[in-house]
Amino acid sequence: MLEVRGINKTFGGLKAVTDANLSVSEGKIVSLIGPNGAGKTTLFAIIAGFLKSDSGSVTFDGSDITGKPPHWICQQGLVRTFQVVQPFTSLTVRENIAVGAHTRIAGRRKALARAADVAKLVGMEGMLDQSAGDLTISGRKRLELARALATEPKLLLLDEVMAGLNATEIHDLLPVIRGIRDNGVTIFLIEHVMQAVMSLSDYTYVLNQGIMIAEGEPKDVTSSPEVIEAYLGHGAAERIAKMGGGNA
Amino acid sequence: MNERTRLFGWILLLITLAVVPLFLHSARWIEFLEMTLFVAVLGQGWNILAGYGGQYSFGHALFFGTGAYIQALLQVKFGFSPWIAMWFAISGGVLVGAFVGYLSFRYGLRGSYFALITLAFAEAFLVLSRSLKSITEGGQGVQLPLNQDPEKAIATFQFNFAGPFLSEYGFYYTIFFILLLAYGLTAWMERSRFGAQLVAVRENEDAARALGINAFKAKMGAICLSAGITAICGVYYVQKFLFIEPGIAFGPAKSVEALFAPIIGGLGTLLGPLLGSLFIHSVGEMTKATIGQALGGRPGVDLILFGVILILVLAFLPRGLVGLLEAAWKRLTGDRNA
Ligand SMILES: Nc1ncnc2c1ncn2[C@@H]1O[C@H](COP(=O)(O)OP(=O)(O)OP(=O)(O)O)[C@@H](O)[C@H]1O
Ligand SMILES: [Mg+2]
Repeated sequence: MLEVRGINKTFGGLKAVTDANLSVSEGKIVSLIGPNGAGKTTLFAIIAGFLKSDSGSVTFDGSDITGKPPHWICQQGLVRTFQVVQPFTSLTVRENIAVGAHTRIAGRRKALARAADVAKLVGMEGMLDQSAGDLTISGRKRLELARALATEPKLLLLDEVMAGLNATEIHDLLPVIRGIRDNGVTIFLIEHVMQAVMSLSDYTYVLNQGIMIAEGEPKDVTSSPEVIEAYLGHGAAERIAKMGGGNA
Repeated sequence: MNERTRLFGWILLLITLAVVPLFLHSARWIEFLEMTLFVAVLGQGWNILAGYGGQYSFGHALFFGTGAYIQALLQVKFGFSPWIAMWFAISGGVLVGAFVGYLSFRYGLRGSYFALITLAFAEAFLVLSRSLKSITEGGQGVQLPLNQDPEKAIATFQFNFAGPFLSEYGFYYTIFFILLLAYGLTAWMERSRFGAQLVAVRENEDAARALGINAFKAKMGAICLSAGITAICGVYYVQKFLFIEPGIAFGPAKSVEALFAPIIGGLGTLLGPLLGSLFIHSVGEMTKATIGQALGGRPGVDLILFGVILILVLAFLPRGLVGLLEAAWKRLTGDRNA
């Protein structure tokens, strides 16, 4: 469904992403993890058309989408959410989601009705007439998800939708994301919350300082010494092994 | 305030505007209402781009002047019927809008850059209209011949000698009709996908693009619609005053007039520009009658007052008079989801 080949991106002198390769197959939940500043968001931005890569290609659903504008990519069925939520603050929740729905639906009334349906999927049906500017962080994260979902994507890129949520909120969101996948939407997500990564993903990629250092099933990847060191610094793997495990 | 109450309010307001002049047998008051509606339309033109689209223009005179000059010149120089010239005037305004929009939006100019570009274009047209004497008659302006034949009143789109009813009310109902058109278009826009996408772009362009919106296209649509409506104001102005000159057409006064009403009335709302214009003109009349008189009829007092009002509104009424009205309505009805 998604093929990323040889992506490079530098900001000034900084190598944000170096020769990144990955693929996401249809119907799966794939995750991308890595420490802060690893280049995860940058890679998402390149895939979704927000940034131009210096080299490399992105193929979605069999066609080359490298360098295409974001709105076009979204219309093809690939949508991203933002790590730093970007609500339309002076609109209501319903109107926010309807903006996404308009990608497929021309009529205002139908788009608003569709918005209400999508809100239900993410548990926002009670907040439809609330102003997006008044939402809590958890509400904003859900709204970000709902809006993207309303565009009826084939592939959904989620950039840290769990960040800033408490344990209960995370617990509530996990089945929602699984439900989306079960409805036929492939999911590619960036996440720091390990509990979410472990329980959701079928496959995991690890990015560190712009380089893809590991990939595989989440439980294998997260126990690999190289990954643990990337997260916790040199020698950490050994220390943790002594302590008898832990979660990063 | 729900949809129904709102619709009812609009019908009431429009009926009032339709019949009120019939009871005013004073040319001065009819003229007052005409100018109020004129600025309400001019303001709505600006509001579509700035209020709904978030692109603040400081040079809307550009579109007004383009419409006005095309309307005047096609009649005077080429003998066009005003009813034909009108379509060229509107298209001309839209084309200039599309050109300025293309230059600005293609290269992602936003905020003050866009404001400056529009201002610069208006100034450039001001200079051009002064200097291209062979086309525009330069600084002395273009004068339309006055038609005194009542038979030709409609054909010449001039109502000064059009018989009892039309000579009194012709221009009022013309601008009233234009208002219905402009506000009807805006109301349609508010309820359309185009409008929703435009507002999304105003609120957050990156988020809008991520959700499949072609921001460039949305902004182009807005500037074309906005410029077209503003150009119609130019057409109206020329037919009413039978005269246009560079300062009136492209000078900053019209650009400022276009943004005052919607900002005071309520940005990005259908009612805002009309409410703002009513307020400004009423206050203007009152100041002229009171303080202006006391100071010996010196002009400009009202302008100072407008400046003060603008600052007060910006400081205390972020949603303009419409916001105030909605709050008052909420209080009155105890309606929680107004
Ligand atoms: N527009 C930009 N201009 C310059 N540098 C940038 C830009 N965007 C990101 N960077 C830099 O590129 C690197 C990768 O950033 P990125 O946001 O992709 O990391 P990340 O893996 O998403 O981190 P986090 O987990 O904190 O979100 C960082 O060093 C960041 O400072
Ligand atoms: Mg990030």
